[in-house]
Amino acid sequence: MIDNNKVTNIFLSGVGGQGTILASNILAEVFLKAGYDVKKSEVHGMAQRGGDVTTHFRFGKKVYSPLIKYGDVDFLLSFELLEALRYINWVKPEGKIVINKQEILPSGVNLGVAKYPQDVEKSFKKYFKDNVWVLNGQEMARKLGNIQAANVVLLGAFSNFFPEMKEEQFIDAIKTLLAPKLHDLNVKAFYEGRKTI
Amino acid sequence: MKEIMQGNSAIARGAWEAGVTVAAAYPGTPSSEILKEIADNYPEIYAEWAPNEKVSVEVASGAAIAGARCMASMKHVGMNVAADPFMTLAYTGIKGGFVIVIADDPNVHSSQNEQDSRNWARFAKVPMLEPGDAQECKDFTKIGYEISEKFDTPVILRTETRVAHSDSPVELENRVESKIPLGLDPKQAPKYVMVPFNVRERRKVVEDRMEKLSAYADEFKYNVMEINDPNIGVITSGVSYLYTKDVFPNYSYLKLGMVWPLPKKMIADFYKKVKKVIIVEELDPFLETEIKALGYKVWHGKDVIPNMYELDPMIVEKSLLGKKYKASKPRIAAGDLPRRPPNMCAGCSHRPMFYALKKLGAFVFGDIGCYTLATAPPLQALHTTVCMGAGVGEAHGAIKAMGKEGLGKIVAVLGDSTFLHSGVTPLMDVVYNKGASTTIVLDNRITGMTGHQEHPGTGFTVRQEPTNMIDYETLGKAVGVKHIRKIDPYNIKETMKVVKEEMDRDAPSLILCVDSPCVMLKREKRKFQAATYTIDTDKCRGCKVCLDIGCPAISWQEGAGATVDGHKRKGTVFINKDQCAGCEVCAQVCKFEAIVPGAK
Repeated sequence: MIDNNKVTNIFLSGVGGQGTILASNILAEVFLKAGYDVKKSEVHGMAQRGGDVTTHFRFGKKVYSPLIKYGDVDFLLSFELLEALRYINWVKPEGKIVINKQEILPSGVNLGVAKYPQDVEKSFKKYFKDNVWVLNGQEMARKLGNIQAANVVLLGAFSNFFPEMKEEQFIDAIKTLLAPKLHDLNVKAFYEGRKTI
Repeated sequence: MKEIMQGNSAIARGAWEAGVTVAAAYPGTPSSEILKEIADNYPEIYAEWAPNEKVSVEVASGAAIAGARCMASMKHVGMNVAADPFMTLAYTGIKGGFVIVIADDPNVHSSQNEQDSRNWARFAKVPMLEPGDAQECKDFTKIGYEISEKFDTPVILRTETRVAHSDSPVELENRVESKIPLGLDPKQAPKYVMVPFNVRERRKVVEDRMEKLSAYADEFKYNVMEINDPNIGVITSGVSYLYTKDVFPNYSYLKLGMVWPLPKKMIADFYKKVKKVIIVEELDPFLETEIKALGYKVWHGKDVIPNMYELDPMIVEKSLLGKKYKASKPRIAAGDLPRRPPNMCAGCSHRPMFYALKKLGAFVFGDIGCYTLATAPPLQALHTTVCMGAGVGEAHGAIKAMGKEGLGKIVAVLGDSTFLHSGVTPLMDVVYNKGASTTIVLDNRITGMTGHQEHPGTGFTVRQEPTNMIDYETLGKAVGVKHIRKIDPYNIKETMKVVKEEMDRDAPSLILCVDSPCVMLKREKRKFQAATYTIDTDKCRGCKVCLDIGCPAISWQEGAGATVDGHKRKGTVFINKDQCAGCEVCAQVCKFEAIVPGAK
């Protein structure tokens, strides 16, 4: 439930090319239209693909900082397992978490000089119990015809944390931000994800 | 109507609403989106990608002298390139409003240094505005034009990563055309011709203007005083205000919208209203030094707030609370996780080139672009990065220093955009001064790293209109290079042969990569023989040679085994077909023909 007396902090993480920023843009559009003050900040850059991408998204009556304070994240949405684990310390004890079950190997792991973390799901369950959902976003998107829509599948699942927001508000935002030829796929992807939580 | 905008989009919107008609820029993170937004959304504004920042300021200043409102935008290091015309424009002044946007990059997310651009305002004696969010980006841009025309000066709008790349709601307004008539007045020559006699006159104007601006700063509506707790007052600006306000909402604030010159009366007034003053600012103690110089005591500033990297609410809170700060307990140690550095894309044409250079044992004088990443393991084949174009001059200097010893060992590499930005001038120098260095232009047909901006070599303007395309061979010839070679970087053997020949040569050479567009570029797609490659596990001996190219699609898989013909191995490699681009580079380096076309 949204506490209207405080700022809600959402952190998104992923790997360049996964659609992290688009997902956060959709959230920002939804909450702005619902009458909230919103602020969003992202870091990307340095080459086109493969680096980590993070977005801080905050909404409330009045939002000052575009960055969330360390340890103050209410909701974490991650598109990749390692990139979820990297931000586990940022989440409040009662925080809610949605993670995409995908491993994108960083260069050190590819070379065999670093180990990809095991049991990411277990680490989250240990601290957050039932507040963790791990979904196979790209498999669900593949069934719909295009793995590119995995980010919107995950966003669909994530949308359940905000029961005050109606489905149409998310669909409208998706249609506002995506090219018309992508509407059908992404609307389906949103509903597919929304059913999962 | 309110719309969510990125800080950069809001600056573009502000320029449009202010009646700007000319905008020029060279791309640089985090400033690149400003010109792109202008080109895409505001047809009333003439927009161009200039070959470098100096040119962008010159183009804009020409428009200003003709009476137009204009904008030049760049990242912090771009201002170093533009400094030459800029420092003198502070003397000539403008006619039509001129706002220069400089986007800083605290924490060096994607830059070669971390510099505080507020120093330019003090250095050049021009006013500087510093917005903290998108609404302020738009508002400050617009008021920048008013200040610029009122005081006949260029105005700097300084942003940074967390302002340029943050999104927040912006109230949209209409465009108002500039009231200044267009036209050039030859009688104004003494104002614009900066020969010593005229400079001395203008020098007085500059000082006089700063006095007037200082008085204006005291009335400036975006310098805002907020008195809450009278015990603690914070002097701050831009995004630092937002971080501080977030964690200490009850402190009193003097938030400066104009960071140079300072509002002296307001500062005096603030000191009367609060007991202790803290200064919260990112990077240099810019405000702190100046406020102390005015004779005030600063309770806390850079004694607790870091003077490097970016701030955030946690750092501000931790710094100001000191020992009282309570951090949440870490659940895992961050150092335990593998880092995820950026990498050249699967299929990138830079990869085989750097593999070839590494095989040749070349010392590579580099440049800044995606290919700078070749310095990381496993390639580790790029050895310097100072600024755009520097590698060309460095390679020349190194050979001059080493004489014949340097031949066969040294090469300069740079991208197509950086070659045009500032690689041509040092190449002239190499030829002119009878050098012997080799310059390789990694022509991927676009400005890659900053997100695909056009340049004079791509054949398209920012608005995608076809235009003249530079022919690098003709350009090289014109500069005087006699040995110009064209190579296909995907052919590693041939690349090594040509590069070796040219490095050995006791004369300047230019090597141009052809048919090697950025793999992310849609307009020019290179056709590879197969869509994807796969590992023939019957043949893979696990020698790991293919891992040396650092392709993100190839990973090591441990597990003892043997090839069909009985060679023992400790594991095999695996190609991820979702990532593989089919460039065939890995197949070329495999000695056992274990990498074959097709997906498994």
